[in-house]
Amino acid sequence: MLSRMADNLFWLSRYMERAENLARILDVAQRLSALPSAYAGASNEWESAIATAACAESFFNTYQDATRENVIAFIVSDDANPTSIRACLETARSNARAVRTAITGEMWEIVNGAWNDMQPVKLATMSPGQLASFLQSVKETSLRFDGAAYRTMLRTDHFWFQRLGTFVERADNIARLLDVKYHVLLPEWEPVGGGLDYFQWSSILRSVSALTSYHWVYRENIRPWLVADFLILRPEQPRSLISCYASLNDFLDRLAEAYGRQGKAQRLARATYARLQNSETETIFQSGLHEFLTEFIAENNGLAAAVSEQYLS
Amino acid sequence: MGPVVAFNEMRKPDGTVRAGYDQIARWLEAAPPDVLASRKAEAELFFRRIGITFNVYGDAQGTERLIPFDIIPRVLAANEWDLLARGLEQRVNALNAFIGDVYNSREIIRAGVVPEDLVLRNPAFQPEMTRVEPPGGIYVHIAGIDVVRVDAETFYVLEDNARTPSGVSYMLENREAMMRLLPELFGQLRIAPIDNYPDNLLKTLRSVAPRAASGDPNVVLLTPGPFNSAYYEHSFLADKMGVELVEGRDLFVRENIVYMRTTQGPQRVDVIYRRVDDEFLDPMAFNPSSVLGVPGLLSAYKAGNVTISNAIGTGVCDDKAIYSYMPEIVKFYGGSEPILKNVPTWRCRETDSLKHVLANLDELVVKEVNGSGGYGMLVGPHASKEELSEFGAKLKARPDNFIAQPTLALSTVPCYVDGGIAPRHVDLRPYVLSGADRVRIVPGGLTRVALKNGSLVVNSSQGGGTKDTWVVDA
Repeated sequence: MLSRMADNLFWLSRYMERAENLARILDVAQRLSALPSAYAGASNEWESAIATAACAESFFNTYQDATRENVIAFIVSDDANPTSIRACLETARSNARAVRTAITGEMWEIVNGAWNDMQPVKLATMSPGQLASFLQSVKETSLRFDGAAYRTMLRTDHFWFQRLGTFVERADNIARLLDVKYHVLLPEWEPVGGGLDYFQWSSILRSVSALTSYHWVYRENIRPWLVADFLILRPEQPRSLISCYASLNDFLDRLAEAYGRQGKAQRLARATYARLQNSETETIFQSGLHEFLTEFIAENNGLAAAVSEQYLS
Repeated sequence: MGPVVAFNEMRKPDGTVRAGYDQIARWLEAAPPDVLASRKAEAELFFRRIGITFNVYGDAQGTERLIPFDIIPRVLAANEWDLLARGLEQRVNALNAFIGDVYNSREIIRAGVVPEDLVLRNPAFQPEMTRVEPPGGIYVHIAGIDVVRVDAETFYVLEDNARTPSGVSYMLENREAMMRLLPELFGQLRIAPIDNYPDNLLKTLRSVAPRAASGDPNVVLLTPGPFNSAYYEHSFLADKMGVELVEGRDLFVRENIVYMRTTQGPQRVDVIYRRVDDEFLDPMAFNPSSVLGVPGLLSAYKAGNVTISNAIGTGVCDDKAIYSYMPEIVKFYGGSEPILKNVPTWRCRETDSLKHVLANLDELVVKEVNGSGGYGMLVGPHASKEELSEFGAKLKARPDNFIAQPTLALSTVPCYVDGGIAPRHVDLRPYVLSGADRVRIVPGGLTRVALKNGSLVVNSSQGGGTKDTWVVDA
C-alpha cells in the first residue's frame, strides 16, 4: 500500500484514540472535583487533568488558572490547543478523508458523523449535564470506530497500520495517566494507601473503564500497587501496557510476514514487550514508578518513530 | 424569457402523461406532500453522512457543500436512449480521431475543414504531444458529453468535455439514494442499471495499458488532493475500482519508469487516471511551480512506459469554437451524418457573425471559447441593459474569445422545490468510455437541474442541482 496512506491510517487511529482519552480525562476530573475535599484531598483535579492530557505548556500560555471552565474549554475546543477534542476529531476526519479508499464506509461514516455533530457544539452554553453527554458521545464515537474497524476492515496491512496507531496511542496514554497520578497520589506527608486516595485511585480505574474488572481480577480492595500492576503488567486487562505491546508485536509480526522482512520496529517492540513480561510490580516500585514510566514513554515514542521511518515515509 | 414554450418531459401540452412517466405521475399524485418532504430530508441526511460534498472556489464560508439533490427522477424511454447512445459513440469516436489527427498528419486542417489557427493557437493544444502514439490510438478514454433536449425528437449536444469530466460519482450516488428512498418505484419499473460504471472504467483503463505492462497492469487514480473540489469523486472512484488513490508526491520517475512509494518500497505504475490538469502534471515539462504533478512524467509517457488518461492535450475538443465544427468533424472521420445535432453556433471571430451577435445580444447566450462551469457567460434574455453593453464591449475587444448560441428552451422535468412540484430546466451529461477494445456507455448519465425558477444555468457552482436519471422500457 501507499506509504502516505499507511501514515494516514496510523494517525487517524491515534487521533480517535486520543479524543476518547481526553474525554475520559475530563469525565474523571469532573467526578473528582465534585467530591468534598475530605474525600478527594486538596489537589487540583483540573490541573492534574491538564497534566494528564500532556498540554500543560500550551494551557498556561493561554490561561493563568486551571479552573474548571478554563480546563474544559481548553481540552474540548480551544483554538490554542492543537490537540483539543475538536482538533483531534477534525484531524482524524481529514486523515480519513485523505484515505477514504483505505477505510470502510462504516468507519468513514462514524468519523464524518462525529465531525458533523461537533460543528454546532457551543461550549459556552453547555450545562454540566450536556457536557457529560457530549463526553459520552466522544467515547462512543471512538468505541464505534474501533468496532467498525475490527468488524469491517480486511485483515491486510491497512488494518495492521490502523491498529498500530491505536495501540501506540493507548500505551502512551495509560503511561501518562499513571505517571501524573503517581505524583498526585503520593504526597510526602500522606501515608501511601491511606483512606484519602481511595477515590483518586478508583478514579484512575474508572477513567479506563477498569473499575469493575479490577475487582474481578483481584477480589481485593483498591491498592495502589495493584492498580499499577493491573494497568502495566496484567495481560487480562485490555488497556494495560503489556496488552498494548502484545498487540503491537502481533501486528508488526504480521506486517513482517506479509512483506517478507523485518526491521527496527519489530526489534524495538519485541524488546519492550520482553521487558514488560519480565517485570514485577515490586521491582518497578522499588526502582521508581516514575522512572519506569518515563522510560516507557520514551521507548514507546521510539517505536512510533521506527514505524514511521520503516513504513510510512 | 422569450415566447418559446419549453418542452415538458413528463406531460404533453394537453396534460396527459408521456410514455415512461406513468408510474411516477401516479406516485406523485398519490404521495402526500409530507412524504416528499421527508424523503427529501432523508436524502440530504444520506448525502451528508457519507460526505458527498463539493468545494466551491472563492467561497470563504465552509469549504464543503452538498450539491442539491432532487428526489423526483428524470425518465428517458429506452428507444430514446438507444438513439442517444449511438450518437454519443459516433461523436466520441470522432473526437478521438480528431485529436489523433491534429497531433499527427493534420489531414483535417489540410482538407480545409477546420482552420489551422483554431487548433495550433488553442491554449489547450500541447505541441509536446506531436506524434506521440497512445495505446490503441485512444486519447479521450472518458468523455462527458453535455446534451440538452428541446422537443420530443431533438437532442442537441451543448458541450464536449474531453479533459477530465467530473460528476459521475453523483450519477452513481443519486441512484444509490433513490434505491433507498423510493424502493416502491424500483419494484414497478424496469430501470436500466448503472452500477457497473466503475467496472467499465477499470476495464477501459486496463485495455489501454502500455504494451510492455504485465497481464495485470497497475492502474492508479491521480488526485490533486483533499482540497480539490472533486476530491470526493476521486476517492469514490478509486474505491469502487479498487485502485490506489495517489497524489503527485506518492509517485516518482526513475529511468523513464513511473513508481509509487509503498510500504514495501517502489511499485511500478502502468496506467494513471489523472484528475489533475495538463499544466500541473509534470513541473519539468509544464508549469514549473506545480507541486501536484510528478517530475519526469511526460518523458516516461513519451517513452511509452505509462498511459495517461485522458491523454495530454485533449482539451482542444473542449474549445467551443472547435465545437462549432463538430458536425463537419464527425462527417470527416466517420463518413456519415452526425446522429446528434449541434446547437447552431455563431463564431464571433467571423465578421458577419459578430455583427449578428452584437445586434441580437439580448436574445443570445454568449460563452467564452475556453470557459467552463458556467463562469463568464452571458444569458442575453436574463441580462440587464448595463450587463449587455458591458458584455458587448468585451465581445468587440476580443471576438476570438467568444461564441454565441440561441437561447434554447431547455426541456423541463418536475422537481420538488419550495414544498411543491414545479417544472425546472435540465440537461444531461452521459459518460462515454473508450477503450482499446470497445466503447462503453452506461444508460443514463447525470441530470443537472437549474433549481432557480426560470434559470437555464445548471452548473453546481451556479446554484444547480442534480437528480437521478432512469432509462426505462416504455
